[in-house]
Amino acid sequence: MRDLVKEPLVQVEDLKMHFPIYSGVLRRHTGDVKAVDGVSFSIQPGETLGLVGESGCGKSTVGRALLRLYEPTAGRVIIEGEDIATLDAETLRKKRPSMQMVFQDPQASLNPRMTLSAIISEPMVEHSTMSADERQARVFELMDAVGLNRRFANRYPHEFSGGQRQRIGIARALALNPKFIVCDEPIAALDVSIQAQVVNLLEDLQDKLGLTYLFISHDLSMVRHIADRVAVMYLGRIAELSPRDALYAQPLHPYAEALLSAVNEPDPNRARRERIILTGDVPSPANPPKGCTFCTRCPKVMDICRQDRPELAEVQPGRFVACHLYTKAAGSTGASEVYEPTQQGAN
Amino acid sequence: MPDGAAPVLDVRGLKTVFRTRGGEIHAVNSVSFHLKRGEVLGVVGESGSGKSVTMMSLIGLLPTPPAEVRAGTVMLDERDLLKISPEELRQVRGARIGFVFQDPMTSLNPVFTVGMQIMEPLREHMGMDKKQAETRAVELLELVGIPDARKRLKSYPHQFSGGMRQRVMIAIALACNPDVLIADEPTTALDVTIQAQILELVKELRKKLGMAIIWITHDLGVIANIADRVMVMYGGQVAEHGPVKELFADPRHPYTRALLKTIPSISGQREARLQVIEGQPPILNAAPTACPFRARCTHSHARCAAENPLRRAVDGTALGQGHDVACHWSPEAADA
Repeated sequence: MRDLVKEPLVQVEDLKMHFPIYSGVLRRHTGDVKAVDGVSFSIQPGETLGLVGESGCGKSTVGRALLRLYEPTAGRVIIEGEDIATLDAETLRKKRPSMQMVFQDPQASLNPRMTLSAIISEPMVEHSTMSADERQARVFELMDAVGLNRRFANRYPHEFSGGQRQRIGIARALALNPKFIVCDEPIAALDVSIQAQVVNLLEDLQDKLGLTYLFISHDLSMVRHIADRVAVMYLGRIAELSPRDALYAQPLHPYAEALLSAVNEPDPNRARRERIILTGDVPSPANPPKGCTFCTRCPKVMDICRQDRPELAEVQPGRFVACHLYTKAAGSTGASEVYEPTQQGAN
Repeated sequence: MPDGAAPVLDVRGLKTVFRTRGGEIHAVNSVSFHLKRGEVLGVVGESGSGKSVTMMSLIGLLPTPPAEVRAGTVMLDERDLLKISPEELRQVRGARIGFVFQDPMTSLNPVFTVGMQIMEPLREHMGMDKKQAETRAVELLELVGIPDARKRLKSYPHQFSGGMRQRVMIAIALACNPDVLIADEPTTALDVTIQAQILELVKELRKKLGMAIIWITHDLGVIANIADRVMVMYGGQVAEHGPVKELFADPRHPYTRALLKTIPSISGQREARLQVIEGQPPILNAAPTACPFRARCTHSHARCAAENPLRRAVDGTALGQGHDVACHWSPEAADA
């Protein structure tokens, strides 16, 4: 299936984002927090890639580095044929309209002193030559699209509820007709009954405008609903990248398996099934374990896992896993499922 | 598990009002429930539904003013907690009723060691000396699964991870063997794998210690996993209440029914489109004279605007003992 589709819209190759640690009196560079440590994936036009993982796994950092809100340490981020990671400031600015972001906290990401109309039209002031009237018309159009009443155009963010504020954030992201939107936990701060409203809105807009999403979330059931393919991150690396149905039916990486098993289902009969309970906590990304980063908590850990770091490899058609259970070097354990990879890396 | 024994906690007709400059906010309206020894009561609702305020009212943790508990009784054994003196109430908190809050970082004091914070209630309520308290504190940390407990007594809260901090909070709440543990969104700030650890821990502790638990959350998945009975709150009132299996299998309130449908499933058939509950939760600025859910309800009719529905039993049991719902509509009437 992957062969049939055209050029990916977004292609990330070996993205690294390290934050330096300075310590001591002289503030010497003593180490790095390896928030993202070698992540590769691609997103097809019109596709939604879900990015899941626990807090601190680097999923938000990936989203931000992708739009170069951070300066990536290494790696390439190719969006529509241009490498975002190395563009100079002016070219990058010209590129900004095509890639936008919806932030997690709708309270913190809206300027409390600007009216709704000013917030939504600001990107147009920056990036277009539209007249004030044209901008106002566009603001109304966007407000209709995200389901905000036009009468609210001159109100301030504090007058809106959380769900409405998130709609404002979405309207602002849409103002310049972007192709690619990074949604960083867009529903995490909302009540359950409001989450569905926002997710449906995102889906409608995708259908209508042909948008491509990177949907970052820790809510595995919502990601199952919205994403076409899902990448599971652990400690700065992708553990598994699979098509949605395949992943949820049978996760291959032991971490993906444990993560899915930890989800509480709203059904008393199913929620009390046997679950995989991981022991311990996520190690510090400043000092990740040698070998596989998951080896300290993995229920299927082998000797090799503490020595060699497994690379992300295609183990079944379209399914990429970074785990020694599926590499030939490890031998017997997962051997029956080993699939001959046609190429390395998730392209 | 729960038998016919007398409830350890019995709350009737609780009303809490906040006085603000913009007028009164009726946060809790005639909430009644009881809790038996050894059972877990799950309380679900959206933010602003009154679930936390209800529990804070019980044990006098709301700042007064602006809050005012206007009516109701809260019987713990033979005593009404709303009538006893602040000093007596202080004895009840910590000793008889333990509390675990949502955010373990802000509810632990950052300048005291974890050991001191666990020993404080032991010395305060149980009259232990320093040595006894320390021994008990080590026991408690081991009970909640913190390795190397004796050494960790000297650590400060920032040296623990989120999940570990929540374990410390649970240890403090359990310090004096309370009869009732009130847990207010204890796992909401935690990651799913850590949340699973804490849920297993609480289930195990309940089996071991036999305390009753009130578990407040907005997550129906957590409720399905841990609760024996469920109370669904909306707009400061109890919308529906019942045994967990019945409530999930046969929800009677339109709000509960809609809420269950808005959550995407992790297994089985994947829904093409999510069901939504249109509109916003109500602003509770007046004493309710109508059903608080009527503006968002797909089954609302004239009566819903004229009369706030009372809770009524739907399975033939006495009100509050089995499955009950506060709604004028019933699924049967719709089918007929």
